[in-house]
Amino acid sequence: MADVTLNKLVKTFDRTEAVCGIDLEIANNEFVVLVGPSGCGKSTTLRMIAGLEEITEGDVLIGGRRVNDVPPKDRNIAMVFQNYALYPHMTVAENMSFGLRLRKYPKAEIKQRVVEAADILGIDDLLDRKPRQLSGGQRQRVAMGRSIVRNPEVFLFDEPLSNLDAKLRGQMRIEIKRIHQKVRTTTVYVTHDQVEAMTLADRVVVMNKGRIEQVGSPSDLYHKPSTRFVAGFIGSPAMNFIPCKLVEANGGLAAKVNDTISVPIPADRSDRVRAQVGKELMLGLRPEHIREQRADDGATGVACAVTPDVVEPLGMETMVYFGLNGVEICARVAPEASPNPGTPLTLSIDANRAHLIDPSSDMVL
Amino acid sequence: MATTIAIDASGDGTLTQRSAFWLFMRRKSTIGVLMVLPLLAIIAGLVAYPAGYSMFLSTLNKAETKFVGFANYLFLFKRETFWMVVQQSIIFALVAVVGKAFIGFVAAHAVNTIPTKGQRKWRGMMLIPWVIPPALSTLGWWWLFEPTYSAINWVLAEIGVDAIPWLSDTFWARFSVILVNIWIGAPFFLIMYLAALKSIPEELYEAAAIDGANAWQRLYHITLPMMRNIIAITVLFSIIVTFANFDIVRVLTQGGPRDSTHLFATYAFRVGIESNDIPLGASVSLFMFPVLAVLAFLILRNVRKRAMEL
Repeated sequence: MADVTLNKLVKTFDRTEAVCGIDLEIANNEFVVLVGPSGCGKSTTLRMIAGLEEITEGDVLIGGRRVNDVPPKDRNIAMVFQNYALYPHMTVAENMSFGLRLRKYPKAEIKQRVVEAADILGIDDLLDRKPRQLSGGQRQRVAMGRSIVRNPEVFLFDEPLSNLDAKLRGQMRIEIKRIHQKVRTTTVYVTHDQVEAMTLADRVVVMNKGRIEQVGSPSDLYHKPSTRFVAGFIGSPAMNFIPCKLVEANGGLAAKVNDTISVPIPADRSDRVRAQVGKELMLGLRPEHIREQRADDGATGVACAVTPDVVEPLGMETMVYFGLNGVEICARVAPEASPNPGTPLTLSIDANRAHLIDPSSDMVL
Repeated sequence: MATTIAIDASGDGTLTQRSAFWLFMRRKSTIGVLMVLPLLAIIAGLVAYPAGYSMFLSTLNKAETKFVGFANYLFLFKRETFWMVVQQSIIFALVAVVGKAFIGFVAAHAVNTIPTKGQRKWRGMMLIPWVIPPALSTLGWWWLFEPTYSAINWVLAEIGVDAIPWLSDTFWARFSVILVNIWIGAPFFLIMYLAALKSIPEELYEAAAIDGANAWQRLYHITLPMMRNIIAITVLFSIIVTFANFDIVRVLTQGGPRDSTHLFATYAFRVGIESNDIPLGASVSLFMFPVLAVLAFLILRNVRKRAMEL
């Protein structure tokens, strides 16, 4: 068992910086997910931890030991690849035991470990098959089995679910979580899918353009994003960003969207943003915080009359799209409100959940 | 009702005949056969007919006037030279193919380590021996080996080594023809193995590196098994081509010294054309047939198996 520390980690490919100085502490047994759009440096960071990519600058420490110059095989890590990287000419059992055989473990112990891992993953009956005889989900399990038998200090996952279809991805996500609860091991998991990040992680690291945007628990990222990028990246459908102006109103502050809509800023946040009065800002609102009017809306509900352009009924909820201040806004409405395109509708904005973003710095105020 | 039936019947009669023909012509299998017909004609004219004709010739006497059955074959069995040709053909094919495969394998790995940018240049240069017509390049080699002006012997003399009788000593003559065959054929293996190497996913090597495999273990556990099929096919294919080789021996040694470098093809030429015994020459060349047939069968089986694995 080990913790992982990244110190000012930099990776440069032919003069372009893929990773620009990352600092991160991953505690023992913690499940950390690196998430971000493609090209944000998350995979490169993972590969530097694995030792598959040379480190340009900075240090990687595993269990307190600096491993920059330690080859992958001596770092006591195991990695699950996006394309599984199973050896096609070996059976499942041979695939899983390859690392142990190379390390000259006794045969009885190899067998025992393979059987145990196969049992955890529910692939006991596949041990004699070749990878090409397996489905995508089964291959994924074998790839994880290969990591588990090694009993490593750190598990590394590189987009392990992106080659599976949506249904299987959901199942495997639960499976990975279950395995981590059973085999407590420090885990670094890379994905571009924010749902995977939110559901699996103890802590999520949101990366963008080679830098860390924010580190926090899934609920922190959702409720208290620190930058516009994180606010827009976490949550699906994405947060709406509406141009507004911060004005003084009724003794407090309000984000004025247009003449009819003005979202009051809660008193506890007013002091933080008072300096921005008179400035053009962005109002960040998640679709779930723009909904139909309800009896219990109370003082924080701001009425907002709109005319829907498009209505998407999804069964348990209905997405309503409309234009406001030149941007398209998405709202999440209960199906009972039965919105219709072209028919005016009054929605309610939850002022408590609104975020104010400074467009010049892209920081959440 | 009656009228309708009558019209149908008369219409159907002509329709079915014509449309049946068109349906037959439009069937995929018919079109397929029609499209390979030109190739079949070429194969029949250039391969099947000569092969059948040489089988016929091999059953005649030297003057081609009398049917003698298997007498030509039985005669060959009693000739020491013939058995030497059999032995030399086998040695030549096996040693040359193993040499080509080994050099091609090593060279493919070497080229594969060159960054993609500069690789084209090297690949192109290494293909040269394979691209030059063998008769021409063998002439060049002949000049290097030839006793009077041998460039290799000149270099050897400069460093104080005695001249080597490249083409006049049995061992060295056999060595020379094999060397030239390897020189010409190795680039083919290089290209095939390079393509095979490039098709092995990089992730397998990364997974193996994490699993703890060193360079030799990666070669043994990943590269070789992943290339097994392509190695088998290229080796079998090359054995066929090498076994049936003609031009190198013809240009370099003409089968000498004392017939020790003859292969089936050059010996058949010597007996049939130069010594004017065409039926006997045909018999010699037909001895290649069973060997090549077995090899071709193995290749085809291998290809089929490979296709099924995909």
